Amino acid sequence: MTGLSISAFHEYAFMRHALAGSLAVSIGCAPLGVFLVLRRLSLASDAVAHALLPGIAVGYLLAGFSIFAMLVGGIVSAMVVALTAGLISRLTILKEDANLAALYLGSLALGVLLISLRENRVDLHSILFGSVLAIGDSGLLLLVSVASISLLVLAAIYRPLLLEFADPSFLRQISRSGMVAYFVFIVLVVVNLASASQAQGTLLAISAMIMPAATARFWVASVGSMIGVAMFIGCASSVVGLTVSLYLNIPAGPAIVMAAVIFYLLSLVFGSREGLLARYAPRRHLAA
Amino acid sequence: MVGAVSIGSDSAAIVIDDLTLGYQRHPAVHHVDCRIETGSLTALIGPNGAGKTTLLRGLAGELAPFTGQITSNSAGKTAFLPQMHNIDFAIPLSVEEAVAMGLWQRIGIEKGIGKHERQMIADALQAVKLRPGDRRQLGELSGGVLQRVLFARMMLRDADVILLDEPFQSVDERTTSDLLDVVVRWHEEGKTVIVSLHDLDLVRTRFPQAMLLARELLCHGPAAKIATVANLERARGMCAGFDEKAKVCEHKSKMPGFAENPNERASGVSSPSLYGN
Repeated sequence: MTGLSISAFHEYAFMRHALAGSLAVSIGCAPLGVFLVLRRLSLASDAVAHALLPGIAVGYLLAGFSIFAMLVGGIVSAMVVALTAGLISRLTILKEDANLAALYLGSLALGVLLISLRENRVDLHSILFGSVLAIGDSGLLLLVSVASISLLVLAAIYRPLLLEFADPSFLRQISRSGMVAYFVFIVLVVVNLASASQAQGTLLAISAMIMPAATARFWVASVGSMIGVAMFIGCASSVVGLTVSLYLNIPAGPAIVMAAVIFYLLSLVFGSREGLLARYAPRRHLAA
Repeated sequence: MVGAVSIGSDSAAIVIDDLTLGYQRHPAVHHVDCRIETGSLTALIGPNGAGKTTLLRGLAGELAPFTGQITSNSAGKTAFLPQMHNIDFAIPLSVEEAVAMGLWQRIGIEKGIGKHERQMIADALQAVKLRPGDRRQLGELSGGVLQRVLFARMMLRDADVILLDEPFQSVDERTTSDLLDVVVRWHEEGKTVIVSLHDLDLVRTRFPQAMLLARELLCHGPAAKIATVANLERARGMCAGFDEKAKVCEHKSKMPGFAENPNERASGVSSPSLYGN
């Protein structure tokens, strides 16, 4: 496997681009995913990811297959949906999850309709499922910049964000930073989803956030360790998925996600902290 | 009379003036007047539904008054330990990390935890009889140990006014005694402390001051005299239940069986009829 990977990335420039892009997406998304998973926002963020589509579609209609236009369009529409869902749940009796479901179904339908105005099935396919092998120099630069900046921003809001999630009423007593941290976090999630959708498509973008973080929980407990393990698993899935996709001649985006799913299933069984074996066939308990 | 109030406010940490607090227009406590002296240790007693939590939330600034006002004369911070914590145990946080959050005012968003801060955390853990460097997760702790952790975090906040809402509820005697030592230590350090609780023996033996609340402040004075079973029995009859169709309050100070003279009640020492049981 290692030998195959090395020769795959050594021989083909487009594979190196795809790898660099996927690694950037994994490293930027994994820490955000840890917070989403711990906060039980996995499915809500999935809905936000679908809301990227109409914006990406408008960007595509106006500027063609331009990564920048589609990124900006996607960020705008996903932000609008995320904030609208929050607003409606505050103003009416309906809870946020129901509103997100309604809004994301609408977004998905609208997005597909908009893209099909151009009648190019190849483009629709690559927007939905990604075109990681087609990332150019400028696209790569964009993905790497998004990942780097969001890591720095997340480091800046890390402490208030953790407290806002763990003990919000305590944080409110000592600081007003909780709301700000939460809002910045949502912006980071949307921007990174838009970035991930360039590599893996809008339908699978959320995988880069949720899969590695959910997998990490089976191995470690603290937030810091979860971030480290999630980044590692995200990167490993990228390497394995891309290599397999080249040799088996299957689409790269889904291959990366499948690799992540396999890591998840293995960890579900063998995870040293919360895995099924550790839980149901535990080692003998300690004396104290 | 005016003179007395202004002189008094110099020594009072908190002056409460005709305070009414509640939810959805229904008062939970109303028309409370009292002075909490700086450095005093006060037990807040009263039956369930007397409005103890509401009053503490008002003092902590979590609840805006319907009428009246709270004047705080202490320059420093107010720290409040609610009865029901709001901690999400799904977020993995170790004992040490949770206690370190008490240092927020010192380290804020960006500063690191240095050698000095580590020592402060270790000292706080030791004061509540926990081991420094404790890496257990909050979700794995017993109720008593969690309460010790919350006390240690409270210590690091270094507040001047400390409000504790039923902190000894569902913890055993040993934990209560250890935590009470911490409360006494705060008192000795000159902090103003108000603790709501139900154990009258504890109030009489360990607290200098007590306030008896039954939606109104019935009396406020030396704990040994106020915290009696008879007083609490009578207070129980005063907790008028929630009335969906309650009329607008026409404040009448006179309540049967208590404090005949409303001025006496407001002055901080209650009517003699409540003493000497």
